[in-house]
Amino acid sequence: MTQPSPSALTNERTVRWLVLAAEAVSREADRLTELDSPIGDADHGNNMRRGFGAVRDSLTAETPETPGAVLRQAGRLLVSKVGGASGPLYGTLLRRAGKELGDSPEVSGADLAAALRTGVDAVAQLGGAATGDKTMLDALDPAVTALRTALERGETLEAALSQAGTAADEGAAATVPIRARKGRASYLGERSEGHLDPGAASSALLLAALAEAVAQDD
Amino acid sequence: MTETPSEAGARVGLVLVSHSAQVAESVLRLAVGLSGGGEVAPLRAAGGTPDGGFGTDADAIAAAAEAVDQGRGVLLLPDLGSAVLTVRSLLAEGDELPADTELLDAPFLEGAVAALVTASSGADRSAVAEAAREAYDYRKE
Repeated sequence: MTQPSPSALTNERTVRWLVLAAEAVSREADRLTELDSPIGDADHGNNMRRGFGAVRDSLTAETPETPGAVLRQAGRLLVSKVGGASGPLYGTLLRRAGKELGDSPEVSGADLAAALRTGVDAVAQLGGAATGDKTMLDALDPAVTALRTALERGETLEAALSQAGTAADEGAAATVPIRARKGRASYLGERSEGHLDPGAASSALLLAALAEAVAQDD
Repeated sequence: MTETPSEAGARVGLVLVSHSAQVAESVLRLAVGLSGGGEVAPLRAAGGTPDGGFGTDADAIAAAAEAVDQGRGVLLLPDLGSAVLTVRSLLAEGDELPADTELLDAPFLEGAVAALVTASSGADRSAVAEAAREAYDYRKE
C-alpha cells in the first residue's frame, strides 16, 4: 500500500504528536508544577518540559523511519532526561507502545489503540498502580478504552482520538477527590484529597496532542 | 584496579542509586568503611541528576553498572520513588545494562553495607542479594 490510509498513524503524525506534546507541557509547565506543589515535590512541570524538549530536539534533528521507532526513541530519551518518576513512567508508556508497533511504516487506528493499551498496562505494572489510585493511569486508562470503543463503533481515527482526549480530561478531573495511594503524594493521606493529580493532568495533555496531531491534516 | 580481574578474583558489582549525589556517595563511603580490610567488591554511586539536582540519571546508572561488571552479575540498589522506577524500567525495557543485572530490593543504607561485605567475600549474586534483603528483618527495638 503506497497511499496512506486516512485512519493511519504515519511517521510524520507520530513526530508531530510528540512535538505538540512538547509544546503543550512547556506551555503548561507552570500549571503542572503548581499541581505538584501541594502533593508532590514541585518538579513535574520542569521535568516534563526538559524530557519532552529533549524528545522534540532529537526527533527533529533525526527522525526515525517508522512510528514504532519514533516512540521507542522518545521513550528512551524520557527515561534518560527527565530525572523524576515521570521519566520511567512516560518512557515505558512510549517505549512499550513502540515495541508493540514494531517497524511497520503505517499503523492502523486499531494498531495504535492496541499499542497504547500495552503501554498503559506496562505503566501500571511498573508503578504497581491501578486505575483509581490518583495517578496518570486515571487519565490514560479511560482514554485508551474510549479510543478502542470508538474505533470499534466505526468512527474515524480523528473522532475516536477526540473522544479519547475527552475521556482523559474527565479521568484527570476525577482524581481531585481521590486519596493518593501511590508515590510521594500517598504519604499525605487524606491531605492528598482535593488536588488534581499532576501526572493525570500531563497525561491528558499527551492525549490532546495526539488528537491534535491527527486532526491537523484531516 | 586497571587490569581485568581473573575469573577467580571477580566479584559481584554493586551500584547505589539515590535521588541525591551526596546520599549515594556518603552511603558508599560508609559501606566501604564498614566492610573491613582486604579488597572490596566493585561499587559505584549513581546519585542525583546531571545538573546536580535531586533525581535519577538513567545514563549514570547504566555507566556505573558497566563499570562494576566483572562478569559475576551486577546489583542495583535504589533508594525510593523515581530511583526505583528508573531501575525497574531499565531492567524491563532497556538493553543498556550488563547481562545478569538485577534490582536489589533492600533498605538503602543497611542493604548497601550487607551487600558490599558479602560481595567482597566473593559470594555469588543470589547470596549477596539475600544478605542485603535480610536487612529488612533487622529490628531496632
